Amino acid sequence: MNRRDFLKKTAVVVGGLSLPLSAFKILTPKELLASTGSKTKTRWVFLVDTYKCVGCGMCVKACKLENEIPYDANVTRTWVERYVITKDGKTFADTPKGARDGFVTSKIDLGEGRYQDIKDKDIDKAFFVPKLCNQCENPPCVQVCPVGATYQTDDGIVLVDRKWCIGCGYCIMGCPYGVRFFHPVYHTAEKCNFCYHRITKGLKTACVQACPFGARQIGNIKDPNDPVAKIIMTERVGILKEEYGTKPQVYYIGLDREVK
Amino acid sequence: MKSHVFRPLVVVISIVCIALIVRVFYVPKDFGVHERGYMYGWYRQGNIEEWKNVKVKYQGTEYCKDCHSDKYESIMTTPHAIIPCEDCHGPALEHPSEPPKLAVDKSRGLCLRCHSFLPYPTSGRANIRGINPDTHNPDTECVMCHNPHKPSLEGLK
Amino acid sequence: MVHGEIWTVKELFTYPNEYIYWSIQIVMYPFMTGLVAGAFVLSSLYHVFGIQQLKDMARFALVFSFALLFAAPMPIVLHLQHPLRGINVMMTSHFTSAIAAFGIVFFSYGAIVASELWFLYRKHFVEIALSLKDKQDKTFSEQLKFILYCTLTLGVYDISEEALKKDEKAIKVLAGLGIPVACFLHGYAGFIFGSVKANALWMTPLMPVIFIMSAIVSGIALCLLTYIAVMEIRKLLASRKKTPYQMYQSKEELKSVEMHVVKITAKYLLFFMIFAISLELLDLIFRGYTAVKSWDVLRSVIYGRDFTDIFILQYGIGNLLPLTLFLLPGLTLRRTVIGVLLVLFGVFMMRYNVVIGGQAFSLTFAGYMHYHLPIIPHNLETLKEGLFGAVGIFVMPFILFYFIGKVFPVFNYKDSH
Repeated sequence: MNRRDFLKKTAVVVGGLSLPLSAFKILTPKELLASTGSKTKTRWVFLVDTYKCVGCGMCVKACKLENEIPYDANVTRTWVERYVITKDGKTFADTPKGARDGFVTSKIDLGEGRYQDIKDKDIDKAFFVPKLCNQCENPPCVQVCPVGATYQTDDGIVLVDRKWCIGCGYCIMGCPYGVRFFHPVYHTAEKCNFCYHRITKGLKTACVQACPFGARQIGNIKDPNDPVAKIIMTERVGILKEEYGTKPQVYYIGLDREVK
Repeated sequence: MKSHVFRPLVVVISIVCIALIVRVFYVPKDFGVHERGYMYGWYRQGNIEEWKNVKVKYQGTEYCKDCHSDKYESIMTTPHAIIPCEDCHGPALEHPSEPPKLAVDKSRGLCLRCHSFLPYPTSGRANIRGINPDTHNPDTECVMCHNPHKPSLEGLK
Repeated sequence: MVHGEIWTVKELFTYPNEYIYWSIQIVMYPFMTGLVAGAFVLSSLYHVFGIQQLKDMARFALVFSFALLFAAPMPIVLHLQHPLRGINVMMTSHFTSAIAAFGIVFFSYGAIVASELWFLYRKHFVEIALSLKDKQDKTFSEQLKFILYCTLTLGVYDISEEALKKDEKAIKVLAGLGIPVACFLHGYAGFIFGSVKANALWMTPLMPVIFIMSAIVSGIALCLLTYIAVMEIRKLLASRKKTPYQMYQSKEELKSVEMHVVKITAKYLLFFMIFAISLELLDLIFRGYTAVKSWDVLRSVIYGRDFTDIFILQYGIGNLLPLTLFLLPGLTLRRTVIGVLLVLFGVFMMRYNVVIGGQAFSLTFAGYMHYHLPIIPHNLETLKEGLFGAVGIFVMPFILFYFIGKVFPVFNYKDSH
């Protein structure tokens, strides 16, 4: 067999194999749906403006009360982080109690009851970053759930079924953002769901509503007239931990390289 | 099957069959693959309704506006207009039926969330007037002198 | 209190919801499945590859693997927040998750081991069932025994030469089939960790292979240890001449057989151990050389905070010391026992350093979490996921082995194969 024959035959074989495969692919309804655009008109996204955040923590308080997370338990669906970068290039960050009571002291919480004093004149930059579930387009937490107790709705929100969750903790391990935890009462995986009971009624999430400064906004990326969608489309926004390929849907204005 | 060699296989197959029958009764009918496919959309459909039915607690400033129009209008002229009523007054729930009276948070800690001075030039905190909580009347409640509905210094009690 | 908070101490910058959620039972889980897989592979070395020297060890390893098999899922059950819902894993399996495969893999592996045991002991069952059948006025316990063994025969009473030949062939096929399934059972336990992309320490494709190798090491070590223990008891009994054994009569005979089996098995142990250590070191070197974003925090954990756990307890006492003990000429029984105990400890520490070490640093890469194993239980959580729970799980297979050994006699049973 010479080379020409070989190439010819290879082409025939590859073509013959791929033909039925491609036919099968076209016939898959899900692929068809995806190619023509999903039937849903909603995809919830979040926008955080870190320039506006003052670290008052009202969002955290409102979230805990709205979503019935025991107020004194050291877990929370949303939290605010503080970053202080000093003139000698050091980065200090903390989030005492998830900033449930805001930031009232300039001392940085180092854990284990230790605090770091930082002099005002040593500060190069300092800012607050609110965190919440990123409602990833490719949620790794959902991928690893062994029983189908956590899932993504068609409008992009990742929910947890408290009646089906076995409490293995794999999703908590799978989330690169540390968003998930075990609910102290229900003992099932728990996470921010953009206040699903509120946004589906046309309300804003509790944290968005509680924020006096407009640092938090929620919107629908599929609605071209949505103000949040417009900002995300037309302005420079960042996302967290892009390298994990999760496609997070919480966008940030004023993100810094020091933000973890 | 003739040969005894397949006897264990029969046992295994019958166990699998029993498991499959149990599965039919055990798994809710609405459990299945939904919009996002098997990877992200394998769940019990009824759960979505359960989440939608969670009670709303924070009603928003608009909810307070009509009955407490005097308070609403007065605060709207001050810098504190941006603060939603429920941040200090607590979630309205079904107020006024349940609870009939809301517990207002008048604590020093609540004010300090914004007004404790932090030297952070690159954040919104820099634009808020702040005090040092350690030196500014440390043992006194803020509301002894300041009126949160008239926060400007002219509004001092 | 939040799950995990009781044994976690956080330092520097960690996310508020981060705790050591996977604690000691998740260390026990791969340790136990590792023992299962290792014991099975050891028994297969005789059945499939016909390594005659391992003949005596093979049956023992298989029965022990069966006992371990029942103990392997127990740590998971103790770990689950909702243990009663554990069945959901089989009912609505979500196969994009590594844990979901557990039901299928575990069941098929169990079926293979059980079938192999059935073929191996079928003659024994039939003989007992038939002997009891003829017996008049059976006592209640004999009646129970009769029912049990009748069930165990699965209705097959043919123990002709021809049928037994078929059994032998089936064992060979099942043992061969069992090796990949056993490796899969444990490889997937490694996959559970290796596939977590959020965890910088766990995420490596080497993880499943490392887990399989150390699994075989620990399985062989445990079989060796139990074998020596059982043989010592038999020697004791033989010297008192209380029980008549069919195979070996005198203490001296037993001793020579024992030493022979131990030496051969120790060789295989060494071989797999060297392989396991090489892979682990390769992983470590590779991480240091490529030094991606997470390396700073990993280095501070591996060479700093967890130095004692990793380099002294795991590699030093758990690997290097037993390796020296086995390699020194003139292997004695006592040295073997010390060696295998250290090997088991080393593999346990490897699991510990993976599971707990993987949670020793925060997802922020700027903070740490320290684990404090609850020793004295003061509530259900610290009982289940504390020292008591872990020790209980480790003792379980030995208790099970005692009972299973009553049905599947390991030693005083004349072999037809």
